[in-house]
Amino acid sequence: MGIENQLVGDNILVTSINKLVNWSRSNSVWPCTFGLACCALEMIASTLANFDISRFGSEVFRPSPRQSDLLIVAGTVSKKMAPLVRRIYNQIADPKWVIAMGACASCGGVFQSYAVLQGVDQIIPVDVYLPGCPPRPEAVLAGLMKIQEKIRTENLSQRPDFKPGEFKEISYPQATFSNLRK
Amino acid sequence: MNIQTVLNAIEEKYPQAAALTGGENEISVARDRFIDVMHMLHDDPALAFDMLIDIAAMDRIPRVPRFDIVYILLSTKDFSRLLVRLSAGEDEEVPSVSGIWGSGNWAEREVYDLMGIKFSNHPDLRRILTWKNFEGHPLRKDFPLKGKNFDQQFDPSEIQDY
Repeated sequence: MGIENQLVGDNILVTSINKLVNWSRSNSVWPCTFGLACCALEMIASTLANFDISRFGSEVFRPSPRQSDLLIVAGTVSKKMAPLVRRIYNQIADPKWVIAMGACASCGGVFQSYAVLQGVDQIIPVDVYLPGCPPRPEAVLAGLMKIQEKIRTENLSQRPDFKPGEFKEISYPQATFSNLRK
Repeated sequence: MNIQTVLNAIEEKYPQAAALTGGENEISVARDRFIDVMHMLHDDPALAFDMLIDIAAMDRIPRVPRFDIVYILLSTKDFSRLLVRLSAGEDEEVPSVSGIWGSGNWAEREVYDLMGIKFSNHPDLRRILTWKNFEGHPLRKDFPLKGKNFDQQFDPSEIQDY
């Protein structure tokens, strides 16, 4: 929001704005529409009427990372996909949170293989790990509530926001028709 | 279509080029006549195998020659299928069928990527599933399942692709 840059220390104004901003942020965590494997189906199921993620203000799955707050890494991250996952993470505007959903995204799961990234926390910082293969939609909601808890305890002036030097951005050549065809 | 019909047609044009190898619809083809036979299977109006479903490859180490390549063909005229088996050694180049069936292009890239079998006259023989600077061919029997540097921190910038 930019407010936190202007605030110094803890005074009445800061703590009140903390409460207000954290309350609004925690009830409008918009996830990125991003699924990699079978976990994505459980993530989708958590948005449907039986489980209804909109009770927590997260029903708006944004098709663009620029409009999202939350990256749910739902599924097996292959090494070929890893640069793209980090690229999507880079594109999400601060503040942002990450859920590593399922065993594969958390630690590679059953895929002890040359092709699979052994945990998405090797390339992006993760806030909540969801166990399960895949986790039930209830677990997705539980993970979302953990994110909400985390947001509510955050102090705006001390939020460990994304530091550009910490996770370096990777440049990519543009995918054009000519260099796809070589 | 009966497998014997196919064999007789091949035998008539290219003697000793093909033989029945077990199964109901599988033939093996000699290396030197391979591309001629494949052209004939596609072009001959009586056979007309106009669709290449897939190319499979097997690593049969320590057998020499090391690899078996199986071309799975379909005729959309009467929906009969044919498997064409070809043996290839480790350093041999196999003639590409991408000039006969368009789907051969990507199927051969996949075989090259995962098995390391090179295809001569292929228009664009690049890796298709793994990335450009990947070392080795993962479906070979002597490729370690975990690959290189499994226990180390992974750096996505080492993947050169896209």
